[in-house]
Amino acid sequence: MRCLAIIPAFNEGASVADVVREIHVAQPDCDVVVVDDGSRDATAAAARNAGATVLQLPFNLGIGGAVQTGYKYAWTNGYDIAIQVDADGQHPPSEMGKVIAPILAGTADMSTGTRFRGVGDFKSSASRRIGIELFARLVSLIIREQVTDTTSGFRAVNRKGIALFSVDYPQDYPEVETQALAHKHGLRLVEVPVEMRQRQAGESSIRLWGSTYYVIKVTLALVIGMFRSPVTTPEDGEQR
Amino acid sequence: MTPVAVSIAATVASLVLLLAVLELVRRRRLREKYALLWILTAIVLLILSVWRGAVDSIAGALGVSYGPAVIFAIGALFVLVVLLHYSTVISALTDRTVTLAQDVALLEQRVESLEAAAGETTDEPTSNQQ
Repeated sequence: MRCLAIIPAFNEGASVADVVREIHVAQPDCDVVVVDDGSRDATAAAARNAGATVLQLPFNLGIGGAVQTGYKYAWTNGYDIAIQVDADGQHPPSEMGKVIAPILAGTADMSTGTRFRGVGDFKSSASRRIGIELFARLVSLIIREQVTDTTSGFRAVNRKGIALFSVDYPQDYPEVETQALAHKHGLRLVEVPVEMRQRQAGESSIRLWGSTYYVIKVTLALVIGMFRSPVTTPEDGEQR
Repeated sequence: MTPVAVSIAATVASLVLLLAVLELVRRRRLREKYALLWILTAIVLLILSVWRGAVDSIAGALGVSYGPAVIFAIGALFVLVVLLHYSTVISALTDRTVTLAQDVALLEQRVESLEAAAGETTDEPTSNQQ
């Protein structure tokens, strides 16, 4: 099983090298690709020095476009498992094994590491908690399966998931929509409790001024997504 | 008072706009990000069309003698905002296209020099070397 860690990074020069090194220690068999999303700092050089493969985007695509670049790389290069890890250090590489385990065991197609299933103590602002709770309820309602954390990007998929995300991945604020999208395409989802750290550097891509737009845009995308027909993935072509 | 026929026609038109935008998003022809302004436009027009009292009181306050003109004016204002927004989007896309073309040219040059170097080491004819 070939495993790839995908690290989207935008101006994360201060923390990305540590994350890459920690992955090499925690998961020595896992290759690491850092997608530099048009950073203006030394993110790409730091990642390369730490031993990662670096895909440098010519300008900032936003988190969705950056992550999808990683999935396209994973698809083209024949990886069996892809796991997303944040460049800011909030996803401890020592927890990667727990997230990958259901994929390795073949019991799920997509596995998300979540903060709210009783492990670790994650502190977050009240408004953020309310937003997370709201979307968890909405997504649970849509996919008729309980999800507790729709904002976590600590997520592993198998080849089926790589195929889907390489052709269809939500832009702007992808985490919430990803679960609904994966469910729509028949992926088996699982949540795994993990410990997360406070971010070492950088800031959340969801800032306060954008939160109203965030809520409206994601709600619209979730509701319309219910009425969409599934996309054809490159995997469908392979099976033919 | 706004004529009933005008209110009905305006309501139908705003509903068609709203449904058209939602259908375009569903078919992935329009991104959610760019649909939001259109949806806002359609909803505001829909409210003004259905809520006839509002149009008449706005018209009265502005001294406009023909009520439905208020719907047209507000509709036109929203279209202007959408157009201005798209102008900024097009400008950003232009910048990106320039960057992409430049990066492709630089990559092509790098590939050519790599091919040339690889050709020299294996003593193959480098016929397409310029």
